[in-house]
Amino acid sequence: MEKRIQTPLTKEIARTLHAGEYVYLTGTIYSARDAAHKRLTESLARGEELPLPLENEIIYYLGPTPARPGQVIGSAGPTTASRMDKYAPKLLDLGQTGMIGKGRRSEEVIASMKKNSAVYFAAVGGAGALLSKCIKKAEVIAYEDLGAEAIYKLEVEDFPVIVVIDCNGNNLYH
Amino acid sequence: MRTVHTDNIRDAIKEMCIEANLILSEDVKGRICTAAEEESSELGKKILFQLKENMEIAKTESIPICQDTGMAVVFMEIGQEVHFEGDYIEDAVNEGVRRGYREGYLRKSVVGDPLLRVNTNDNTPAIIHTKIAAGEQVKITVAPKGFGSENMSRVCMLKPADGEEGVKEAVIETVKLAGPNACPPMVIGVGIGGSFEKCALLAKKALTRNLDVRSELPHIRAMEEEILVKINELNIGPGGLGGKTTALGVNIETYPTHIAGLPVAINICCHVNRHVTRVI
Repeated sequence: MEKRIQTPLTKEIARTLHAGEYVYLTGTIYSARDAAHKRLTESLARGEELPLPLENEIIYYLGPTPARPGQVIGSAGPTTASRMDKYAPKLLDLGQTGMIGKGRRSEEVIASMKKNSAVYFAAVGGAGALLSKCIKKAEVIAYEDLGAEAIYKLEVEDFPVIVVIDCNGNNLYH
Repeated sequence: MRTVHTDNIRDAIKEMCIEANLILSEDVKGRICTAAEEESSELGKKILFQLKENMEIAKTESIPICQDTGMAVVFMEIGQEVHFEGDYIEDAVNEGVRRGYREGYLRKSVVGDPLLRVNTNDNTPAIIHTKIAAGEQVKITVAPKGFGSENMSRVCMLKPADGEEGVKEAVIETVKLAGPNACPPMVIGVGIGGSFEKCALLAKKALTRNLDVRSELPHIRAMEEEILVKINELNIGPGGLGGKTTALGVNIETYPTHIAGLPVAINICCHVNRHVTRVI
């Protein structure tokens, strides 16, 4: 089944998504991967304000290639989500409702998703050129010094993802 | 004696880094296209056709096939009659990688210290494997390696008594553990024999062999074919979402080993199995 979703992803909408559904996302999402997650977590520990909103937002586990002149962004496929497992529950507790990556998640993350009504989507790994065409705007909003690992604010249009784990814990990988 | 200027090596490496990240070899491309036609899972088929479209966009629009443009693994077979003129050869290789990753708009994915983790911002250093060969040519293979799949690779120090069955089990178990994390359909490079480090190197080298070329050793060829069939029965499928296309190929390389050992390395690569070879 195919669905079209406009971000922000409220918990009400998140609860209507089921494992196995093919979803096209449109609107604002944010990129963050290993190094950015580490910094976000350190900021939270120090009680600082985060450089991105989390409430009802989707984080795409992404480190793109640099854009050529005239391109919005370079190749932009998902990275392995399990490396973010250590950090994800804390961010879900703060209102994040969606994650886009590839590969398995830990039991802790799935428990947190159930508690917080969050969804884990997979994008097709290794299809970075194709996925980049669905990104219409890209702007670095934090941690520019991290290069590919900086946090980008992305405007996406019909960005194709698959619901792999829904907020009831149903898991398409099983 | 033949003199080769290291600027030629540098420039070749630069071009090979860019080419490898934009265009897959015909054998890998062919396997993906065939799998797209033959996959029975509807979602799997859709993903394989997306991979096909992705390859076309990458080539025509010069957008890397995958955003993980890898750590540059460089194999060099240097003829013993070759005399290098110019820079130190490893500096020339790294300068080629530096230029390729900058001029090709490739991602800089290397951190200078594995624990302090500060990006070197030019994707150097490369991983360089040199071998002294006969002759007066330099054969270079550039194989940018992504780490989603690299992270799922393993070395298993089996016992001689584990034999062929033990090797098969180790490979299949590794693929199961990798599952959706390694961006299936995967390519499996296996090294059997040698020592702890030798088998790992063989496995990496195996990934650079054409998927349509089977091992010349009959028992190894049979094993390559059998393991591929068994992997594709695991129902991991494209994207790890089910289907019969879990691996595009299994390449095995072997080397003599010690009477007490049976080292096996399994190097997993995603479908973006990049390698370009040139002879200078």
